[in-house]
Amino acid sequence: MAKYLLLKHYRGAPAAVNDVPMDQWTPEEISAHIQYMNDFAARLEKTGEFVDGQALAPEGAWVRYDGEGRPPVTDGPFAETKDLIAGWMVIDVDSHERAVELAGELSAAPGAGGKPIHEWLELRPFLTATPGIAECH
Amino acid sequence: MNEALLRSLTPSVLTVLVRRGADFAAAEDAVQDALVEALRVWPADPPRDAKGWLVTVAWRKFLDANRSDTARRRREDLVEEEPAPGPAPAVDDTLQLYFLCAHPSLTPSSAVALTLRAVGGLTTRQIARAYLVPEATMAQRISRAKRTVSGVRFDRPGDVATVLRVLYLVFNEGYSGDVDLAAEAIRLTRQLAAAIDHPEVAGLLALMLLHHARRAARTAPDGSLVPLAEQDRSRWDTKSIAEGVEILQAALARDRLGEFQAQAAIAALHADAPTAEETDWVQIVEWYDELARLTDSPVVRLNRAVAVGEADGPRAGLAALAALDASLPRHAAVAAYLHERDGDLATAARLYAEAAHKAPNLAERDHLTRQAARLNARRCR
Repeated sequence: MAKYLLLKHYRGAPAAVNDVPMDQWTPEEISAHIQYMNDFAARLEKTGEFVDGQALAPEGAWVRYDGEGRPPVTDGPFAETKDLIAGWMVIDVDSHERAVELAGELSAAPGAGGKPIHEWLELRPFLTATPGIAECH
Repeated sequence: MNEALLRSLTPSVLTVLVRRGADFAAAEDAVQDALVEALRVWPADPPRDAKGWLVTVAWRKFLDANRSDTARRRREDLVEEEPAPGPAPAVDDTLQLYFLCAHPSLTPSSAVALTLRAVGGLTTRQIARAYLVPEATMAQRISRAKRTVSGVRFDRPGDVATVLRVLYLVFNEGYSGDVDLAAEAIRLTRQLAAAIDHPEVAGLLALMLLHHARRAARTAPDGSLVPLAEQDRSRWDTKSIAEGVEILQAALARDRLGEFQAQAAIAALHADAPTAEETDWVQIVEWYDELARLTDSPVVRLNRAVAVGEADGPRAGLAALAALDASLPRHAAVAAYLHERDGDLATAARLYAEAAHKAPNLAERDHLTRQAARLNARRCR
């Protein structure tokens, strides 16, 4: 039982095999893609492995503390940001192998020409909160 | 209302329904409904016979849920066959329930969820919160698990080892959400120990009690990890230790050693030491040798290297470590500790930082980062 984050990037991931920008797909291809993502999440809920899935707006801002009594400084958005997260899915699975298998399936979502995008998804394990018995004598 | 008492009745109520002919999945749903109703109704109107109340309500829920024609025909048969309220069900039934919920066809997470619900009497929401997943996901995980075991004969003896692995997993999850899973694992293992006479069940119960006894001392008020050697031993729960040691000794006397008994023996040797310096490391190394023989687990061999380092000095520990694969989880942490003991602070600091980077959980990462920072600060002074 371990949680994993599947990160989908707008930018920053290695190029996908079927690398056509979404605005150049047909409307039907876009619908098919969205349907695939929804079905995937629904299926994971049925297998008892779904935790969360969210999409992010592409544009955001940088924010930082600017000292006592001053409002936070904001900056951006920066069009040139190298890495841009599009969204994520969190899964709770029995093994790393299962996490890889599911990431592979998600990466097969159809894109241009109805063919799988083969996009690279970033797979990151969660750090758990506490160590178990075996780890601390 | 005592929720623990209510939940302790779960297995026997469930097995009554199954013996009346309800299939396991439907019976389990009905019992869950009855438990939820008990939680609602009992505080204002407690029944005289708690179990009788639960059986009646669960049976009614089961019949209500089976309203189709076929179900009605079957139900009429069932009602005719309904046995007179009799003595408590045989202990064997509870045991069968443990076997079913830990069936080898289930994935570990499914077995854990099903055990907590059908044997432990926890609600789906409580289990979902404890494992930090949405309630809908946990509900699906449980109903899928029930489908998986639906063809399993209820009267077939199962494998105690699989049940123990499930309970061990629950215990290791510790405390999150509003359910104390470690305490729940102890309760379920205690109940199992009452149902079956098996030295490894006793061994696991002893291990849990001995480990649980140190819980209060294991974390500082700020939540950070306190290593065994630095724990305030006056905060260990002596009652829990005494019970664990007694159960362990009775199990060991039967001369059927298993890995949980060996792990408990190591925990007992730590518990016996009034100070960290007085720990009998030589005996602990011997127990690790037994454990390595029983399990051949890399984690055991890593822990053995630590014990060797304490018994025969850090150089001996490093020599034992050198025989192990450096890619093992926590290898760097053990190496860092032994190098520090050996006086090589620069290497130790570097290895602590490396270990922190690879740590699988937050508490350990923070602890290892502090260790590296402590050595770096000392070296730079």
